[in-house]
Amino acid sequence: MIYLDNAATTRMTQTAIQAMLPYFDQQYGNPSSLYAFGQQANEALTDARERIARHLNCQARELIFTSGGSEADNQAIRSAAAFGARKGKRHIISTAFEHHAVLHTLARLEKEGFEVTLLDVHEDGLIQPQQVAQAIRPDTCLVTVMYANNEIGTIQPIGEIGKICREKGVPFHTDAVQAVGHLNVDVQADCIDMLSLSAHKFHGPKGIGALYVRRGVPIAPLIEGGAQERGLRAGTENLPAIMGMAAALDEAYQNLQSNTQKLITLRDRLIDGLARIPHSILNGDAQKRLPGNVSFCFEGIEGEALLLLLDDKGVCASSGSACTSGSLDPSHVLLAIGRPHEIAHGSLRLTLSHENTQQEVDQTIAAVAEVVDYLRGISPVWRDLELGKLKFVI
Amino acid sequence: MALYSEKVMDHFRNPRNIGVIEDADGVGEVGNAKCGDIMRIYLKIEDDIIKDVKFETFGCGSAIASSSMATELIKGKPVAEALELTNKAVAEALDGLPAHKMHCSVLAEEALKKALQDYYDKNGIAYDASQFPDEDHDPHEHEHEHEHDHDHDHGACCCG
Repeated sequence: MIYLDNAATTRMTQTAIQAMLPYFDQQYGNPSSLYAFGQQANEALTDARERIARHLNCQARELIFTSGGSEADNQAIRSAAAFGARKGKRHIISTAFEHHAVLHTLARLEKEGFEVTLLDVHEDGLIQPQQVAQAIRPDTCLVTVMYANNEIGTIQPIGEIGKICREKGVPFHTDAVQAVGHLNVDVQADCIDMLSLSAHKFHGPKGIGALYVRRGVPIAPLIEGGAQERGLRAGTENLPAIMGMAAALDEAYQNLQSNTQKLITLRDRLIDGLARIPHSILNGDAQKRLPGNVSFCFEGIEGEALLLLLDDKGVCASSGSACTSGSLDPSHVLLAIGRPHEIAHGSLRLTLSHENTQQEVDQTIAAVAEVVDYLRGISPVWRDLELGKLKFVI
Repeated sequence: MALYSEKVMDHFRNPRNIGVIEDADGVGEVGNAKCGDIMRIYLKIEDDIIKDVKFETFGCGSAIASSSMATELIKGKPVAEALELTNKAVAEALDGLPAHKMHCSVLAEEALKKALQDYYDKNGIAYDASQFPDEDHDPHEHEHEHEHDHDHDHGACCCG
């Protein structure tokens, strides 16, 4: 099997697994318990929090452990909206290609009377900082812009956006689920007020993540019922998962430089190989993208069929086609960068990890070329394109 | 459980009757690229019998499998019998389709009916228009309405 869906989830490292194990049956105490056995668990929790904070250049007390990126996004946005509304501020700025954890939360807030401005992300999949500056109004209570896009991998100018928001006094949240563990993230240098992260995107366990909230930025709990996380997230801490997350993040940042170099080499080899398929196009800027992200559209075919046949050849991939999204419209991300519907249906996302090899990349290029060729051969759209009855778009 | 039945996967991996009939007696096409699926069916008809049938499909696994199954079900059959093929029969022959993929079987039925209608038109054979899909009807329309009932889309696969 060639696993190329690391933006969906990653394989846990042995280091992360080993870091979790003692907390299931040895150090299983509740960190909130008063006796020494509980307090030992609490010490482990404190240690994990401090280690994670160091990687983000924040204070340990500025981290709230959550069930993952979606919960962190929900809490950040809902909380900023609630505090904004108290001051009569009901305007939120975001982008058209955020993750649904952000977009659906914003859609819900719109129904509750908030006004949402979604910034255009252009064909290169990048927003310009001045768009944020121009969109900020006196009643803006939040700017939320993802650090790096999950489908097309483009890395946004987060530091510049952060500075604009800080100058204007508007809270700034970033969904950094795809960035943490893969890019250097510095919440102070980038003027980030809130940041969401998720462990299973950097070879840690599923079901655990965190929300960074800068000291002084008001935050409210989504889940009530206990004093854990300073009253900001009730529920007994998932200590094994938290320990696994801390270990995975330590490892990711220890190896960041070598992994990044390796990934960029593999990524660009994959991009070059797929670009040789006629009437194909890379989605998102070629340089300002995650080291492991490759996203393509192929004209004249549909993505789900492509994925199923790649699966038969042992390649695990994903697509933004309607059929794979469970809805009738193709990926909102591909539509946001201006791909027409018929092109967006033929999309393929391949996301690498440091575990992938050059041989796997070469096998994948050959497999994709073969499958695309086959599907074009049975496609009436491709026939019409070749006969000149339809015009090629890409 | 896998998304598709073994039958669907078999017809998707090894589609029957794939291709084109250059001198077809009837050709029918339904769907549009915007929605992500187009089917085109070609018929060769002799003595009121479907002697040959071929298809081309742009679409997902179930779209390809549905058109493959539809062609298999009508090959060698009298035209009158082919006209009675329903989307339900196609889906059942495939051992079922997921609920959100049922429209693929509707497309297969309609592509076939359009090809038969084209055959009637070309040969000046009179027919009851109500037997054929409405020109303006799009099997997706219903689904779009249905989806709006849901408040939000599913966004399931391209996770992360």
